[in-house]
Amino acid sequence: MSLLALSNITIRYGRLTAVRNVAFTLTEGEILFITGPNGAGKSSLLRAIAGVTAPAGGRIDFAGADITGRAPEDIARMGISMVPEGRDVFGSLTIEENLLVGTGMHARERNWRSRAATELEAVYATFPILKDRRHSQAGLLSGGQQQMLVIGRALMTNPRLIAIDEPSLGLAPNITDQVYERLIALRAHRALTLLIVEQSSTRAQMVGGRMILMRGGEVLLDGDARAMGQSEAMQAAYFGYGDH
Amino acid sequence: MQMLFDALSLGSLYALGALGIALIFGVMRLVNFAHGDVISFAIFALLWPSVDAVAVVFAGDLPWFLLIPFVLAMGAGLSVLSEIVVFRRFRRANPATMMIASFALGFVIRYFLLMLFSSRPKSISLLPALSQPVEILGARIPLLQVITIIATIAILFALTAFLKRTRFGLEMRAAAENFTMARMLGVRANRVIMGAFALSGALAAAIGLILASQTGTVDIQMGAAVMLMAFIATVIGGLGSLPGAVLAGFLLGAASVVMQTVLPIDARPFRDAFVYGAVILVLIFRPQGLIAARGSKERV
Repeated sequence: MSLLALSNITIRYGRLTAVRNVAFTLTEGEILFITGPNGAGKSSLLRAIAGVTAPAGGRIDFAGADITGRAPEDIARMGISMVPEGRDVFGSLTIEENLLVGTGMHARERNWRSRAATELEAVYATFPILKDRRHSQAGLLSGGQQQMLVIGRALMTNPRLIAIDEPSLGLAPNITDQVYERLIALRAHRALTLLIVEQSSTRAQMVGGRMILMRGGEVLLDGDARAMGQSEAMQAAYFGYGDH
Repeated sequence: MQMLFDALSLGSLYALGALGIALIFGVMRLVNFAHGDVISFAIFALLWPSVDAVAVVFAGDLPWFLLIPFVLAMGAGLSVLSEIVVFRRFRRANPATMMIASFALGFVIRYFLLMLFSSRPKSISLLPALSQPVEILGARIPLLQVITIIATIAILFALTAFLKRTRFGLEMRAAAENFTMARMLGVRANRVIMGAFALSGALAAAIGLILASQTGTVDIQMGAAVMLMAFIATVIGGLGSLPGAVLAGFLLGAASVVMQTVLPIDARPFRDAFVYGAVILVLIFRPQGLIAARGSKERV
């Protein structure tokens, strides 16, 4: 059964159409990369899923419910955790406080405090560097550590789907490797569904899984990342030759 | 000694006012010019409508332990109501539009009070026991001044503890820094904003209470003067920075009292001009304020 389904999503900013009639579904446990050059509409799509941008048309379903146009906090509470581009850490809060912000959504449930504490230890076990610096200000962390922090923060809400916008942005390749290594391990361990936006398709081909290639607000290709390889359509998408 | 207490108690008022403005600015980038009118409203809520020169009290004779919560609740209530009725509709508007809406709201509150109470100042005796002086290190200080300072410090500690130690405080700090991100983590926007308005309104009411007890009069303009200084304090403190607002509030209080004493007699009527001059100097050298606030990211 599909966990997330987008149908005919169109997103406009004023007169500019950023995303045009995009549709895809995502199955529970799947890993999906959305790739494409700058301005392809990848981030707009994520913002629409998170409820930050209301789509001009189309419908988004998550876990059997229509979430189109719902408030970001409602969508987060339904189990979609967003890691936006640029690593939005709360810089003046400590690392531990950053991790705890999202746990309030379970405050009505029984034992949520002890479960949050367990969750916190699990995140610290995945990213030991965060534990070492738990009481320092998040703004003081390096780029790679901030990326780990925002992924950890997304995990703290115990989501069914994590959507990450450009996890490799501004990171050294070996740090990106580490981030992906943890993500893949987490996915195996928790049956997480992952939606990852990257500009380049190389990471998708390294990790494997499904890949959607976007350009100019539309889906060009949808298939197995490795099989797509260096197909002609892919070259065309990035470099603009071919039928354009 | 007398001067120190004057400076601290005046600074307390400014600091409380600046905090109220900074709290709301922090979560929704709104400069709330209706804040001063919330100050007046909270106190007038103690009176029956009348145009007499002596206030006809309705709840003003309550013992202090009921009177204070009543006034604070009035301030918080009006403030939350203004969020629900007015500001919520402007949440996606640009800050200038919201600011003008807050001006308009201030006028509505002021004219509502004018209609019920006229513009005549009224004498009122709130908490009369507090006007007796006490002796501290040889200086005779009004008890009220001492209490004002102690109460302000207590409020500051309580607010800090609230922001640092409670879940709601954590959510508020996160929202002040990056509202969209906080919402994507499930923080409820309306709850946080209403919380900020409630706190801000209660702070406004505390100022009203102190002013009315100090001067023994109430009038519908009473909030305006404090409000202007408080607003300036939030700007010098770094808009949205709570510690900055408090620091700048006390500095402004001190500056006013010191200038009152050191300026030549002829220049004293122009004291405020000198204070504002100092403000301009500060802003030339630190345009971002004394303590720059983090995260000027977009609102909701």
